[in-house]
Amino acid sequence: MGFLSDLKEDLHFLGGFKLTFEHLARPRVTRQYPDEKKPKQPRQHGRHVLNRYEDGMEKCIGCELCAGVCPADCIYVRGLDNPPDHPVSPGERYGFVYEINYLRCIHCDLCVEACPTEAITESKLFEFSFTNRSDAIYTRDELLVDDDGRPKHLPWEDWREGDDRLTSGWMRATAPAGSAAYEGEVQWSGELGYGVRAPEGGQSAYRDDAATGTLPLREVLEAHLLDEDIPFEHRGMRGRVWRAQVSAERNKRKLQRNRDRLRELRAARSARKASADGSGR
Amino acid sequence: MGAATIAAHPALSLLAGTTTADPLFAHGVGWFVWVVVVIKVLVAFAVLLVSVMLMIWFERKVISDMQSRIGPNRAGPWGLLQTLADGTKLFFKEDLLPERADLGVFKLAPYLSLLPALLIFTVIPVGGIISISGHTFELQVADPPVGILLVLAMSSIAVYGVMLAGWASGSKYPLLGAVRASAQMISYEAALGMTVVTVVLISGTLSTRGIVQSQSGGVWDWNLIRLGIVPFVLFMVSITAELTRPPFDLTEADSELVGGFNTEYSSIRFALFYLAEFMNTITMSAVVVTLFLGGPDGPVPRFIPTSDVWMPVIWFLLKTLVFLFVYVWLRAALPRLRYDQLMDLGWKRLIPLTLGWLMIVAAVVVWHWWGLLAVVVAVVAGGLLRRAFAVGTERQPQPGGPTSVGRKIVPTALLGVGARGAPPRVAPPGPASPGPAASGTPAAPGTPGAPAGGAG
Repeated sequence: MGFLSDLKEDLHFLGGFKLTFEHLARPRVTRQYPDEKKPKQPRQHGRHVLNRYEDGMEKCIGCELCAGVCPADCIYVRGLDNPPDHPVSPGERYGFVYEINYLRCIHCDLCVEACPTEAITESKLFEFSFTNRSDAIYTRDELLVDDDGRPKHLPWEDWREGDDRLTSGWMRATAPAGSAAYEGEVQWSGELGYGVRAPEGGQSAYRDDAATGTLPLREVLEAHLLDEDIPFEHRGMRGRVWRAQVSAERNKRKLQRNRDRLRELRAARSARKASADGSGR
Repeated sequence: MGAATIAAHPALSLLAGTTTADPLFAHGVGWFVWVVVVIKVLVAFAVLLVSVMLMIWFERKVISDMQSRIGPNRAGPWGLLQTLADGTKLFFKEDLLPERADLGVFKLAPYLSLLPALLIFTVIPVGGIISISGHTFELQVADPPVGILLVLAMSSIAVYGVMLAGWASGSKYPLLGAVRASAQMISYEAALGMTVVTVVLISGTLSTRGIVQSQSGGVWDWNLIRLGIVPFVLFMVSITAELTRPPFDLTEADSELVGGFNTEYSSIRFALFYLAEFMNTITMSAVVVTLFLGGPDGPVPRFIPTSDVWMPVIWFLLKTLVFLFVYVWLRAALPRLRYDQLMDLGWKRLIPLTLGWLMIVAAVVVWHWWGLLAVVVAVVAGGLLRRAFAVGTERQPQPGGPTSVGRKIVPTALLGVGARGAPPRVAPPGPASPGPAASGTPAAPGTPGAPAGGAG
């Protein structure tokens, strides 16, 4: 029967025809980018903004911690003493010069982490382009939010209606106090344009190991992701079946492990018993 | 094949003369014949060009669908004018002539590959026979008595286009592509010719019109069924290889040969190659329909009896479209074959199979019991052949003998001994430790350096 099994092996390529034909009916993954935009991820790192307090005072105190921490060395800050008659910031000094070079910035957000006054945060705006190098350096005037607290719409940036929503949001990995557990607690100041942003679920130190086990984080988070960021096979009903299968498989393995362990223990016990009996005899 | 009469055009009704408008002028020449011939040629040419444009669009769209992409959608509605835009762009590109090219041949080659593609289409019956006020003519440009031979001859001439293009470019990748192409086309032409012979055997005619008419009894009379499915499958495989379409697109294997035989071509000459390739795809799909699926006939005679003029044309287009889709599907589903796999398939599988099937069909046509005998002979011969191939491929390398790489036996001399590359040609004269470690230890003064790997 070697011939038949050979034939069967030779015909494996037919699976490719089935798959490609199925793809005819599947939704397209291509996005018509300049025409339609993908919703931005909740924590996307875009260009920076320099924030203000409600009374219009700048939050930046010119401490240069952001410039010091920056691994790409793209921030240039010079502080200056506040003029006593009309201070720019509530502190002693303010950021007199503030420049970020976007040809160097890697959007790691360490400056945001370092900032003691939440003066610098990252928006989600990233769709901008330049025609020369000096344009890539954003100055203080360009970075500062406007009177409403929203990022300035600069002429070379591609903005659409609603693109700046939730953009002065707070991209901190930790709370200002340094604690990772800030679920349910608003530990950030308000977005001036839109008010205080509600806390996000699931960003806490609370761990549900029983539920998540050793699953990759992506799989755990799939329930929270946008549909298009989830692999096609894991969406909808099919996804539920897949998750159920995976968890059943995992439980089976766990059960098998437990059984094996129990068997080993029993074997060890009986062996011990047998040797004890033998020595007793 | 009912001859229908369509409403006579007032101008045409004034004409009188020959009964058949035949471009081969077998039934005499008159100015009415001339008019019809010119109209037929112009219509066929225009339709073929437009269908090539649509075919390129169709291929790009379908393959995008199969890869979950969108495909061209900017130029015109649903991107329909994309090909036109590309063609226009190619027109205005610089026409580069390589310095080392053989200019005459270099310029000739694109036309040499385009012309056969056009000529094959002339013998394809696209519809029935219609008559206008007493003048009957066939919906096909020409119906020579040797129609199917013309197809074979033209597909052979197309090889010249490819081969000369590669040779005349004066560059290595086109030459490699052309060598592959000619080897591939010639190998598969044998299988192609023999499947055509089975069709000719059962139809008893070489004329394409005659082949179609012999299948006019509905699905059960189609050569697809009458010959058993096998010749059809073999024909499809060999025609795909002949067209150098995926999975047999070794000629232009982008990942290996840059672009194959047309690497050095640019501008409109490149566009002509492209045009020829897609035109060939269309005409060969039409040839398959003609040879195996009854051409312009419906699945049942008079399936939709309302129109005898247009229905055959629509059937023909539908069937051709199915094959065009299959070609695109093949491209989406299958990876490219390796060169030795290609040759194995051609010489070891297809040619013996077509030969065997040809023998069986020939025997059955003569006498049924001869057919049974032929089946027995074919099975026995097939078993022997299989055994022979198995012996060839499953030979184990002997210690000290030739080593096998993949399925090929490679002489030991070509491989070198051991894992450290080529063996030293002269034994190392140094008294120090022999072997690979010698290159690491400093050679004794006065002795010639130990033959290190990269030192020579």
